[in-house]
Parts: sequence; C-alpha cells; structure tokens
Amino acid sequence: MTKEEANIREEVLLISGCDVSRCMKCGKCSASCPAYDEFDIKPHQFASYIARGDMNALMQSKTIWNCLGCFACVERCPRDVRPGRLIDGVRQAAMRRRGGSHLQPEDIPSRIDPDTPQQLLMSVLRRERK
Amino acid sequence: MDLTYSYFPGCTLKTKARDLDVYTRKTAAALGADLVEIENWQCCGGVYPLGSDEVGNKLSSVRALNDAKEHGRDLVTVCSGCFHVLKRVNDDMKNVPDIRDRANRYAQLAEPYQGETRVLHYLEVLRDAVGFDTIRKKTLHPLTGHRIGAYYGCLLLRPSAILEFDDPEDPSVIEEFLEAVGATPVKYQMRNECCGGYRSLEEPAFTNRLVGKIFADAKASGCQELVTACPLCFYNLQKYDGPDKLRVRYISEVLAQALGIDERGEVR
Amino acid sequence: MQRIGVFVCHCGSNIAATVDVAAVAEAAKNQPGVVFATDYTYMCSENGQNLIADTIREYGLTAVVVCSCSPRMHEATFRKVAQKAGLNPYMVEIANIREQCSWVHKDKEIGTPKAISLMKTAVAKVNLNVPLQEGESAVTKRALIIGGGIAGIQTALDIADAGYKVDIVEKSPSIGGRMSQLDKTFPTLDCSSCILTPKMTEVAQHENITLYTYSEVENVSGFVGDFTVEIRRKARYVHEDICTGCGLCMTKCPSKKAKNEFNRGLNTRTAIYTPFAQAIPNVPVIDTEACIHFRTGKCGLCAKNCAVQAIDYEQKDEIITQKYGAIVVATGFDLIDLKPFGEYAYNLSPDVVSSLELERILNAAGPTSGHLQRMSDHRQPKEMVFIQCVGSRCEDDRRGKPYCSKICCMYTAKQAMLIKDHYPDVNIHVFYIDVRTPGKAFDEFYRRAVEDYGVDYIKGQVGKVTPQADGTLLVHGVDLLDQKVVEINADMVVLAAAVEPNPDIRKLATMLTLSIDNNNFLNEAHPKLRPVEAATAGVFMSGVVQGPRDIPETVAQAGAAAIKVVGLLAKDKLKTNPCVAYVDELYCNGCSACQNVCPYGAISYTQKEIRDHGVREMRRVAQVNPALCKGCGACSVACPSGAMNLKGFSNRQIMAEVDTILCQ
Repeated sequence: MTKEEANIREEVLLISGCDVSRCMKCGKCSASCPAYDEFDIKPHQFASYIARGDMNALMQSKTIWNCLGCFACVERCPRDVRPGRLIDGVRQAAMRRRGGSHLQPEDIPSRIDPDTPQQLLMSVLRRERK
Repeated sequence: MDLTYSYFPGCTLKTKARDLDVYTRKTAAALGADLVEIENWQCCGGVYPLGSDEVGNKLSSVRALNDAKEHGRDLVTVCSGCFHVLKRVNDDMKNVPDIRDRANRYAQLAEPYQGETRVLHYLEVLRDAVGFDTIRKKTLHPLTGHRIGAYYGCLLLRPSAILEFDDPEDPSVIEEFLEAVGATPVKYQMRNECCGGYRSLEEPAFTNRLVGKIFADAKASGCQELVTACPLCFYNLQKYDGPDKLRVRYISEVLAQALGIDERGEVR
Repeated sequence: MQRIGVFVCHCGSNIAATVDVAAVAEAAKNQPGVVFATDYTYMCSENGQNLIADTIREYGLTAVVVCSCSPRMHEATFRKVAQKAGLNPYMVEIANIREQCSWVHKDKEIGTPKAISLMKTAVAKVNLNVPLQEGESAVTKRALIIGGGIAGIQTALDIADAGYKVDIVEKSPSIGGRMSQLDKTFPTLDCSSCILTPKMTEVAQHENITLYTYSEVENVSGFVGDFTVEIRRKARYVHEDICTGCGLCMTKCPSKKAKNEFNRGLNTRTAIYTPFAQAIPNVPVIDTEACIHFRTGKCGLCAKNCAVQAIDYEQKDEIITQKYGAIVVATGFDLIDLKPFGEYAYNLSPDVVSSLELERILNAAGPTSGHLQRMSDHRQPKEMVFIQCVGSRCEDDRRGKPYCSKICCMYTAKQAMLIKDHYPDVNIHVFYIDVRTPGKAFDEFYRRAVEDYGVDYIKGQVGKVTPQADGTLLVHGVDLLDQKVVEINADMVVLAAAVEPNPDIRKLATMLTLSIDNNNFLNEAHPKLRPVEAATAGVFMSGVVQGPRDIPETVAQAGAAAIKVVGLLAKDKLKTNPCVAYVDELYCNGCSACQNVCPYGAISYTQKEIRDHGVREMRRVAQVNPALCKGCGACSVACPSGAMNLKGFSNRQIMAEVDTILCQ
C-alpha cells in the first residue's frame, strides 16, 4: 500500500462510516446485487480490498460508476458492513481526487428525451459530477 | 384528527410527473386532508448524499424540514426519491451530532433544527391518518377485477432501519391500498428489486434488462398493470421495450379513478 | 482495635509485573490496625496458605487482608485457611489487585498506587468486620425438571436412577421435544424416535419420576434445597387416570382443521389430539379453540364415543404446589421466525420450507408419510437448494442472531444424504458461508455427502428466490469461488434457520432470578468451570437453553447436570450465607421501600413495641427472613433512614471504603 493509498483508504473509511473488519465473506451482497455482472470488482470484494489497502484498483474499477445505489446489499448484509456505502465512498474519493467527473456535460443532451424526469438528471449530476 | 400537512412536491412533480402531484392534491382534498405546499422549497437533490462528511447537499432538505417544524406539521411527500432523501436527512439531524451541528451553523435558522419533524409518505397518510377503511367507503368506482401489482423499487424501502416504511423484503402497504380501492393486488417477488435507477441515462440497455425481469415476474404472477410512487421508476418502466410490458400508473392516479375525481378535482 | 495481617500476592508475574508488591506490603504497615504485612509469590499455594495460618497464630491476628486475585477465585480458599487457624472466616477481606488492577494497567507507575489504594480500602473495611456465623437449612430430596425434551428426559432418568424423586414439567401434551420431530440423527443416521421412545417409556414407567405434561411452572419461591414451586396443570378435558389411549375420540372428531404443530403446520389435526403416535402420556387433549363443543356447545362426539367416560368438558386448570431441593431448566429451542426473510419467498411459496419442516416431510409420520414432496402440488422435486446460515451469524437483530447455530451444517449434510439415498436422481445444491463440522466423525460425514453422494456445495449466498410461472423457484445466488452468478430453477428450497432459546425462558428466568445473555441463552455460574450450574444456587441447566448444541452434547450435559443435582440432594443440610440483611428497628419508619425492591420476597412487616428514648410505642417495622435473603443489598440502598444493613457489607463498612479512596 502506497502512502497515497493509505490516505485514500482513510478517507473512504471516514466517508462511508463502515467497519470493513466486520465482513465475513458470505457473499450476500454480491448475491443481492442487480448490477453484479456490470462490476469488475464485486461488492463482497470491497471490504477485503480496503482492508488490504488496494485502493488504486478500486479507484479505477468500473464498479464505482456502475453501482445503482439500490441499497439491496446494505439492507441484506448480515454483518452491517454496508458494501454500498463502501462503493460510494470510493466513488466520492475518486471524484474529489480526480477533480473531474465521470460524465461530461456535453454527453448529456443526446441522452435525454422529452420524458426524462428531473429526478434522473439531478441524481446523475449529484453522483457523477463534482 | 387534524389532517393538515406541510407538503413537499419536489421538482419532478412540477414537470414530468404532474399527474402524481395533481392527483395527490385532489385526492387528499377529497379525503379531508389539507396539503399545504411549503413556500420556496428547493430540490432535495434526488439522491441522498451518502458521505458522512457531506452537509451542503443536505441543506435544502433541512430547510423544508424546519419549515414544517415551524408550522407544527408533519411533512408529506409522495415522490419516493424526495421521501428517501428527506427522511434520511431528518435521521441525520436527529441522530448524527456532527451533521446536525454543521448543518445548523450553515442554515442559520431561528432555532436549531434537531430532527423534530415527522416525514411521511402520502401512502402513510392514507393508511394511518385517513384510513384505508375510509377510502374503501369513499370509493365510487372500485377497480373490481383489476389485477394490479405494486412496484416499490428501492427508495421507499431501503435502508429499512432508517426509512421504517414497510417490511423491506415483503412490503404490503400498496397492496393494502389497492385492496381498499377494490382492485385485486398481486404480490410478485421482484417488486422491491431495482429498476436500474439513474443508470438509464448512460446504460439504457442495462436498465432495460433489469426492468424486463421485473415485468416478466409481474406478468407471470398474474399482474395486468403496475402502480408506483416513484417518477424515476415510472420513467424506466415506461421506457421498457420488450415482450412482457405492462401498463404503469401512479398510485395517486389509481386513487383518483376510484374516488371518481378528475384532473380538476371534480367528482364524476 | 483489630490486629490485622496483610498478605500481598505476586501471582507469579501476573500481579508483580505491574504492581510493586513489596511497596504495597510496606505501605500496609502504616495502616490503622495492621500489625503484620508481607508479600509472597503464590499466596494460594500450600506454602502461602501456611504463611497466613502461621502468622494468624503467631501474631494473634483478629483480621486478615489478602491482596490477590478476584474474590471469585480464592476468597473461599483464604476463608478456610483463617478458619483452620482459629479465626472466623468472615474476618478475611480480599483486595482484588489482579483483575481490577494489574491486568488492566500496563506499568507500575499506575499499578502500584492503585494497588495500595485497594489495599487501604480493604483494611478500612476489615477494621469494622465482625465475626459472622453460617446457618443451616434442610434439603428437600426431590428435583424438578422444567422441559421434557431429550435434555430433560436424560437428566430426569439419571437423577431418578440415583434414587431420588424427580418431577418433569412439560408444556406440551407429550414429552419428547424437538428430538421427537427429527427423522434421523447425524452422523450415524439412527432413527430419532427409535432411540428416543425407549427413553420416553422409561420415564413413564420409572418409579421415581412423576410426569406433569400439558403443565407450566407458575411460580417459584424459596432457595437452594428448599424451593416451593406452583405448577399449573392445564385442563386436558380428558382424565389421565381414566383414559385408555384407545384413540377412538380422535377418529370420531369432526373438527379436523386445526394446525398440526407437531408437523410444523404443514398439515392439520383434529381438535382432540395427541401430538404424535408415540406420545407419552398417550392421553389426548382438547384444543378448545378448534373444538366445536367449546365453540358452539354442540357436537360432543368424543364424549359420546369414549367407552370409559374419560372426557370431561368441565375440567379446570389445577395448581399443585410441591417442594424441591433442586431445579433443572431444560426448556430447549425453536427455530427463528422466517417471515422477515422475504427475499427467500418463504411467505410466498409453500415450496420454500424450513429445515425442521423438511425433517417432518422426510418422516414417515409426517404430512407426506415420508415421501419427499413439494407442499404445493405434491410432486417429487428434482432440483433442491439448501441455504445455510439463514439468520445465524447475523448482526441485524431484526432478522437474525449473531451466533452460529452449530447444528445446521451437520443436519443439512444429513438431509441431503437421506434424500439422495431414496431419490438418487434429485440434484442438491447447498449455498454455504463456511462448512463447520468439528466433532467425532463429523467432517467425514460431510465429505461423504460431497464425495459419495455428489451434493453440490456452493461457497456463497442467495440474494433472491423468485417463484416462476411453471411452479419452479428461481434461485439467484453467487458462487464466490468462481466469481459467477448462479441461477438454479429449483423445485424446493430449504432454509437452515437459526435456532433460538424457547421464548418461555424469559418468564422463567425472572421467576428463578437467572441471568440470561443478549440472545436469551442462560448464563452459567462460570462458563468454563461451572458449566451446568446457573448463577442462582440450586438451579442447573441442560440442553440448548444454554447455547446451541447437538444431541450427544445435550445428553452429556444432562448427565453432568444430574450429578450436580444428586450431589446436592445427597446432603441433609446446607450451610447458609450469613451475609444477609438485618434491620435496626429503632431507625425503621415502616415505609416499605425495602420490601418493594426485594427481588426474593424476603422482607415482611410486623407491628412491634419499640422503646425510643424512653418512649414505648407500637410501630410498623420491617423484618428479614434470612432463609430467603440472598444478600443482594438492594434494600440497604433503598432504605431512606439507614435502618437496613447487610451483614458483612454494612453501610459503615462501605462508607469506610469510600472515605479511604476519597481521602487520599
């Protein structure tokens, strides 16, 4: 773990408020995840990646942008690890660091249609733009 | 019982989900509940800011919550997204001293806000204050024979420890509501699975797949149509392009139909 | 003034590493009343004990302070030493400088002054100690067993075989418990009822055992050796002494729709019923909620058909009062409620069953006569999924329990093999977190399921079970080792639900003043060294009421509890604790505050003539029954006038300790 990774880890633990040592690797989170196949690093792996300090891999993973934020993993985790908050913590750390955003403003107009609800646009803006 | 509430419509209900707003107000009035819209409310932000150090994005919710407190009323909303954000921010203000202190320093309210307001979803008002029995009695056009499935999605239910809305794995409040308006509620197992949410902007093919599974289960279980309380779910379900697609409506529209209320609030 | 000796123990390096023991002894020499002080490596050793005894004699000590480990460890040891040397054993005080000092501090800078402070408080207290005398109480030579499962049955048999009278109180209409619901037992696959029913019969026929089935403990008073217990014998509406067990009443009963509890609600039974064919006693009971006669006043077919007129609709509950010397709690367990686990569709589909429901389905006396069938359409399943740890190892207390239920890994392997034995074409998949099989021939048993029977064990969990239009159940899970989603169209899903102590234990624990943990399991007097004794003297425990365990462990523990009971009943008299409450009647204003807080009902009131400053008057004053008092001290705290005191822990003694700490 590099010094930078140690910093990121500390930040993620703070942002998420989670205790990764509670994870018992049961896989309930991954089994509950509707986006499992869209993830390169799976929900149940987040706790051990963070415990090890393997933060660069997490920061570059597709997972942090593909997570739906549906909280199924948070709801069903038998150990109160709340993997969804860990994933979100890494996403925020990535955004704050990169100083950039996942989705660029110019990408958006082509993707919306007359029915697109404000709720959708706000959610995307809040989650993916600094 | 005093049925006056502070009402937080939310952005989407002012634009794309006007039906949800209009029918909520009209049905509430018909059932003797007074929804007083909060003045100068601001967007809740659409998603609850998960970061334990985030305060700024929660302030619009705090202002709405505080406004309800100053009027001595419960805060009602019907959009699942707003309900989720407002209720979780309220929980922060009640139970997380760090967020409470910092939010109050920013917000500069007459008195510090400490989570005093009760946040209610319109369904909770219907169930607990109006009563499903009253709805049953006031139903002029029962939806007899309609086999309707409730689509709950995520935002109303999870995390249940904070939202305390219903059993997160086997919810029943919408089914009870449907039963009250004379419909035949159909429970199907996927009703609390995610529709894909905001990912539909970037990955419509992916959210289409998720919605497809939900429709397939609903249809196989015998649903003829679905109802929801979430504009984002509504949008994703509507956009679905596949074999098992069912009609989707907002809960308030179904209620209006049962009570015989049209868009102008007149009873037909 | 006392002549006090202070003895400071090193406990090897346990104390000496973080406390300057010589400095403690040196400081003791300046304390009021202290005429001797020293330190020694192991005060509990024979040499250490001799040191204390010799010093008592040589210096004519009237009181002793030992600075050592917790009084729970060696207070009894040192009291015996004092007694042998001619001192009243209650003139010994322990200063706990190990658990409360050396073990919790890292260096002598903090440890030594704290140890000195603890020593001073003990000296201050012992200066006010007075000799106390132990009393004696008689032992009632009869034991009560609460719960008639295998734990209670075995305990009762072992005590009865030793020659003592035993009563079993069982809530349900028959003894047998959970074990009677099991089909086979692991790892030997004996038929459960084949090995249980002989024991049940032995209980019924044993001259020393009295059976109270369909009965509950209503109230308990008294203390070790002399408990008084009220037992409610619920009205059976069938006279046990008349009924011949012919069963005609059950065949004639037209009300057949009551939920069959014995089969976990998978089928129905009649309103007059015995839970199962081998029930002991073989006497039915009437379920008044289901009985047509009780609901409408009509029917009466059972009474009309009973050849011996055993049926009595007018029967009332009966309370019997009995004295016991010892009580064994063996109330067993149930599975947790599976309703909050909606993701497994337990509420939605009858083909999702608990492990105990499957046990009934596999049993020849069960709802399907032992044929493996789906409860929905009675088809034989081809694909089966078992989900482990449902509610076990779960920190979410709205759904589950934080502990491992211990028996599930083994019974799942058992159920899988039993099914494969009879239906080799069934495919079985087991989703597990860890497979835990410590025990004699246990891991071999599980490996047999994998290697010989081809049971498919998948490391991972299930997120959702979704009933399909074709009647199958789509099981969506992950295989963590393959890192892949697994979807199985199963015909049946079996949930290995967590075990939990029978909820009745809470009420019972209050009656018996037992301590229970966060999960409602009974706490032992000492988790390692007194594993079958409850913290309340004279109360013992057996079976899952103490923690998850399997049948052989339960039987072993039952034997251990029995020998403890026999050891108690073998005595004619017991020594009683002299540290009980007493009243200074002059100060008592009769306010009842002490009576209200006393958990043991040891305080009553009497009118008594009191002389106060030469004035004689009748006053209402408290009086303590020393036989009932446990010396908890609640009364002495509650008393507003300082009239209540605890022998050995008087208000003056406690205040002297506090003063010593505050005045440093």
